[in-house]
Amino acid sequence: MKNRTIKVDYLARVEGEGALLIKTKSGQVSDVKLRIFEPPRFFEAFLRGRKYSEAPDITARICGICSVAYQMSSVHAMENAFGITVNGQLRELRRLLYCGEWIESHALHIYFLHAPDFLGYDDAIQLAKDYPNVVQKALQLKKAGNDIVALLGGREIHPINVKVGGFYRVPTRRELAPLAEKLKWARDAAVETVKFTAGLPFMEFEQDYEFIALRHTSEYPMNEGKLVSNRGLDIGIRDYEFYFEESHVQHSNALHSTMKQKGAYFVGPLARFNLNFDRLSEIAQSAAKDVGFVPEIRNPFKGIVVRAIEVVYACEEALRIVESYEEPTAAAVEVVPRAGFGFGCTEAPRGILYHRYRIGDDGLIKDAKIVPPTAQNLGTIENDLRGFVAANIDMPKDWLTLRCEQAVRNYDPCISCATHFLKLDIEGS
Amino acid sequence: MAAKKPKVAVFKFSSCDGCQLSLLDAEEEFLAVAGAVDIAFFPEVSRRMLKGPYDVGIVEGSVSTPHDVEYIREIRKQCTTLITIGACATAGGIQALRNWKDVKDFTNIVYASPEYISALDRSLPTGSFVHVDFELRGCPINKYQLIEVINALLHQRKPSIPAFSVCVECKLRGNVCVMVVQGIPCLGPVTQTGCGALCPSYGRGCYGCFGPSDSPNTAAIAERFSELGETKYDIMLAFRGFNAYANAFRRESDNHEK
Repeated sequence: MKNRTIKVDYLARVEGEGALLIKTKSGQVSDVKLRIFEPPRFFEAFLRGRKYSEAPDITARICGICSVAYQMSSVHAMENAFGITVNGQLRELRRLLYCGEWIESHALHIYFLHAPDFLGYDDAIQLAKDYPNVVQKALQLKKAGNDIVALLGGREIHPINVKVGGFYRVPTRRELAPLAEKLKWARDAAVETVKFTAGLPFMEFEQDYEFIALRHTSEYPMNEGKLVSNRGLDIGIRDYEFYFEESHVQHSNALHSTMKQKGAYFVGPLARFNLNFDRLSEIAQSAAKDVGFVPEIRNPFKGIVVRAIEVVYACEEALRIVESYEEPTAAAVEVVPRAGFGFGCTEAPRGILYHRYRIGDDGLIKDAKIVPPTAQNLGTIENDLRGFVAANIDMPKDWLTLRCEQAVRNYDPCISCATHFLKLDIEGS
Repeated sequence: MAAKKPKVAVFKFSSCDGCQLSLLDAEEEFLAVAGAVDIAFFPEVSRRMLKGPYDVGIVEGSVSTPHDVEYIREIRKQCTTLITIGACATAGGIQALRNWKDVKDFTNIVYASPEYISALDRSLPTGSFVHVDFELRGCPINKYQLIEVINALLHQRKPSIPAFSVCVECKLRGNVCVMVVQGIPCLGPVTQTGCGALCPSYGRGCYGCFGPSDSPNTAAIAERFSELGETKYDIMLAFRGFNAYANAFRRESDNHEK
């Protein structure tokens, strides 16, 4: 058996900078490293001494793709610290904003970052030459999500309208109404996307994962819920740090998050779907069943289909909120800061995003901890690579390299997010 | 016969990816832009990564590690025209908040094994290391301004990007002044426009995403903030945001530090 090295110096079509190094020795996988060389940015450090009210704007800058997720986890954490609950139409508007982000982020990943792998293209620009209608439709679908974020948040990236307690300004019924037609179109386009993605050729590969997601009493989870798993985990979010820990490995600028005594786990669309299928809307459930997708899906390559199913749900949910919207009397509830701890955990497009803050009686942040979804999936991604290479060790190197890249992209990793916490790599330097 | 399409490369340094993503967020225009140039290196979008030299290099992110310094110098050699996009590349970004602290303390707060981390003491803009042909501001940039810059390059003209303040744009939009009428602290008078006076349009004060405008009178604004009841610490924080290390904002924030 030959010794082989699979090396990708710069992973394409992921958010941020990472590299891949896999070594095999005598037919066995001897080393798997998802190297994160994205420079560290130290968000937790410079949040200290900032005002509680700045957290949504500052943490948004961790990620240009899922800034809404950071805003949502941070406002919930602050409200938790101050004993405030945001209900009614303000809560609905937050959910609408999150739907917008899920739609644009998932559409980006499905068509621009992931589909080219399945269809044998380097990128969606090449794909557009052969399938112009598919890519045009993809852009329109993405735009439907971005239109929500831009209308409600002010702009697509780093929205300016979210604050602790609610919003700076809420839209009128008349302003929201035009979204309805776009969302109806988007919902249908999303159902087609489910069919399109389900028709892609999938690697045969299944692993036995611990899936972890939020679970809410009545909704498909976005902003609130308990943390549950397929292996019996059932905890409140303030207990997160009792069950999970971050470790710093040498090959990465990102921290790896693991379950204490258990190890790697799986967050994101597949985990949400497997644990919350019964909370999906009827149309989303039928779209899933029509292509034979019911829990438990354990092939990570099929995550692309589950993302599409979530887009169907998000379009429908957004439509429901737009159609039943009534302008609230105030754009935000009153916020009186007080000293204490606050916890927030919401479902970013890529999975659970945990924030914890300690606030002083001056309203300043004394301490912050942020655990992004990609940090939580890194261990699982490396395990997948180990298993996948072991099962395909005799395949040609080019094929294997591409499929390993695809296996990483299954998770839609956001390395920019991961590096304020991700481990740093030494080998390169 | 059509001229050869310019070879364009997009490089990332320390950043959130949002500015390069703006190109994909221009859903209506993206394919047209992609068709007008040869995207030779854009890892977030494509596995196809052609070697330089390039006609145009677009740089996102701040220079924040020893490796970054070498990398940006190499990129400059490879690119005929170099454009920087976003507050990280033009001013050091939010991560430049480390510039007021000892980076070792920061590393200790975030990482369990700080010895694995390699970082410069400061997070700096591209222009601190190499010549930059055009700087496009914003946190994030305005996607239409990016398209304007690309368009200008394609037609060999100067990009039309206004350097006046958010205040001017706010007046053009017919907004009622949030600072004068509601007493909300607003950096609009000293911040370059580009956002479309977004925050005042949503009833909040500008927080400086596009950095200092042309000849900003930051001291006068700081005084106004003080009259509105803001403490010295509040004023320091206001200027020490996403463009904290841009000269005018840096100086004003330092004036209120002690």
